[in-house]
Amino acid sequence: MALTTFEKIVSKRLKLENSYTLEQYLATGGYDGLKKALQMNPEDVSAEVMDASLLGRGGAGFPAGRKWSMLKPSPVRYLVVNGDESEPATFKDHELVERDPHQIIEGTLIASYALGARQAFIFCRGEFALGLERLEAALNEAYAYGAVGSDIFNSGFSIDLVIHPGAGAYICGEETALLESLEGKRGYPRIKPPYFPAVIGLYGMPTVVNNMETVSNLPWIVLNGGKAFASLGEGSSAGSRLFALSGHVNRPGWYEIEMAKTTFRDLIENPELGGGVRNGRKLKAFIPGGVSAPWFGPDEMDLPLSQDAVAQKGSMLGSGSVVVMDETTCPVRAAWRISKFFSRESCGQCTPCREGSGWIERIMHRIEMGLGREEDIELVLDACDNIAPGLTWPPKQTTICVLGPSIPSSIHSAITMFRDDFLTHIKEGGCSYDGKIN
Amino acid sequence: MTHLSAELVEKCKKVVELYPSKRSALIPLCHIAQGQNGWLTPEAIEDVASLVGVSPAEVRGTASFYDMFHLEPVGKHVIAMCTNIACMLAGAYELLEHAQEKLGVSPGGTTTDKEFTLEESECLAGCDKAPCIQVNHRFFGPMDNASFDTLLADLKSGKLADVVPPHGVLIRIDREHKRKVNYEAIDAERVEIDAAIKERKLKLEAANNATVGKDS
Repeated sequence: MALTTFEKIVSKRLKLENSYTLEQYLATGGYDGLKKALQMNPEDVSAEVMDASLLGRGGAGFPAGRKWSMLKPSPVRYLVVNGDESEPATFKDHELVERDPHQIIEGTLIASYALGARQAFIFCRGEFALGLERLEAALNEAYAYGAVGSDIFNSGFSIDLVIHPGAGAYICGEETALLESLEGKRGYPRIKPPYFPAVIGLYGMPTVVNNMETVSNLPWIVLNGGKAFASLGEGSSAGSRLFALSGHVNRPGWYEIEMAKTTFRDLIENPELGGGVRNGRKLKAFIPGGVSAPWFGPDEMDLPLSQDAVAQKGSMLGSGSVVVMDETTCPVRAAWRISKFFSRESCGQCTPCREGSGWIERIMHRIEMGLGREEDIELVLDACDNIAPGLTWPPKQTTICVLGPSIPSSIHSAITMFRDDFLTHIKEGGCSYDGKIN
Repeated sequence: MTHLSAELVEKCKKVVELYPSKRSALIPLCHIAQGQNGWLTPEAIEDVASLVGVSPAEVRGTASFYDMFHLEPVGKHVIAMCTNIACMLAGAYELLEHAQEKLGVSPGGTTTDKEFTLEESECLAGCDKAPCIQVNHRFFGPMDNASFDTLLADLKSGKLADVVPPHGVLIRIDREHKRKVNYEAIDAERVEIDAAIKERKLKLEAANNATVGKDS
């Protein structure tokens, strides 16, 4: 496959000078989508999003249109935009919020209008200080411009928008934890059912939670029509998507790519994209969609960047972040570091996740340090099996949210793909990769 | 008399007004409060508690869940070094080792001159600039030992004061617009909804009590 050319949807302004100002935004068609939406019926706006087959861009890939259609009728409904981007190796929302905050605001307003929300919240990761400042400045401009507030653009529709800073907790990306956090509490995911905040959400009211990149697509979809969006990509993987590429590549960065038309090989090797593995080395493995996803090896390089194709091979496109590991990477160390992340970020509510993540991290650490025992490999897999029985994909769940069942992914992958490396660590009493991985 | 400055209290009050429920302002207020001393002092926690109408223990209990809130004093510059997968692949642990030697502290420690606190952090979403670090939540990267040393010198000399405000100061742009929508109407609806929720709660409790009775 090759790289397809198309009019960029969410990233078109990201490289422009002062792309975050209202002046630049208006000069490049900003708020035209909102103006058009306000002249349509809210139901027709929703229909366009349904036609677009827009999948949520946060990680779960749930169709946005269907999420909207589940919203229970109520006098008070809320829209919450999830910009708590914390999945390791994911940095697309970070770019969007710093470089095109108006697009997020416009998308939020379009969604609010379609859903009949009178107040919407943009939950932005607290560590994005510059992004928060740009978002707040953009919101001030948007109010002054008449795009937010009472009777926006003389449409009769009124909407208030609040920028809400997070405070550093991976778990708050889980939508019910995010709502708890937005209510001023510890970020504990809520017990399901109800499975969707569309029934009981913020303050117990019907609420839609959409990812920041998801809403950033809305101005274009309203202007060009859902069908135009769906004509990009293939099947359920419609439109284009921001992929975040990192690790051992020559050109790490974000790339907006038409879904399903491009392969991982293109993303990693195309000179306009990743530009190949760093230092001319060979690829060892790559993570196709954030650290919650099982790893792939060189054999899966020719898979298209399509949600279904990746799912069929036993992993996920997740948050759209691809991490490349070259032949000098110690797989034990990589898997250990990922398990350390989950251990640190487990909220502590459910025993399998709270205890299991710590056990796994400690066992992985002793293997990496050369203090492991041969039975440790089975022991760590057994701990994984207790969190996600059967170690299947998608994982079975023993916990309130999916953080727990995401823990085994990388461990299971590393052991399955590189068992010899584990054995070498154990038998030789240390890491065979000198510890300096570049 | 509040521990927080009159200016910050005023700012806090405006933020509280934006939310349908006062408690929702708890985290944004903790950020504002942290801006005064660089960490959440017990007195600041008391002020936040009275502004959102909960006990100081509730504020502390909530704030302690979140990595960004410091319940102990920190240095003027908090250096968070990401060592998660993408940065690790780019040599983050080697950089962290260098930073520890240079500053003479381990992760979690503060230099004796109270200038720097060093932290090992999880992914900061700057993976295209790996290894990346944040100083008071402002991004720098990709970093190597030399650029880290230069950064330390620049921070100490005040050269970066515009880019990197003292720790705790997060959002330097104030919201200029109050809530515009007719909240009286929404408030009235909310009263109804609250009553409905209360009623449901009572019913659930009654049902639970009935079950408990049966068991015994």
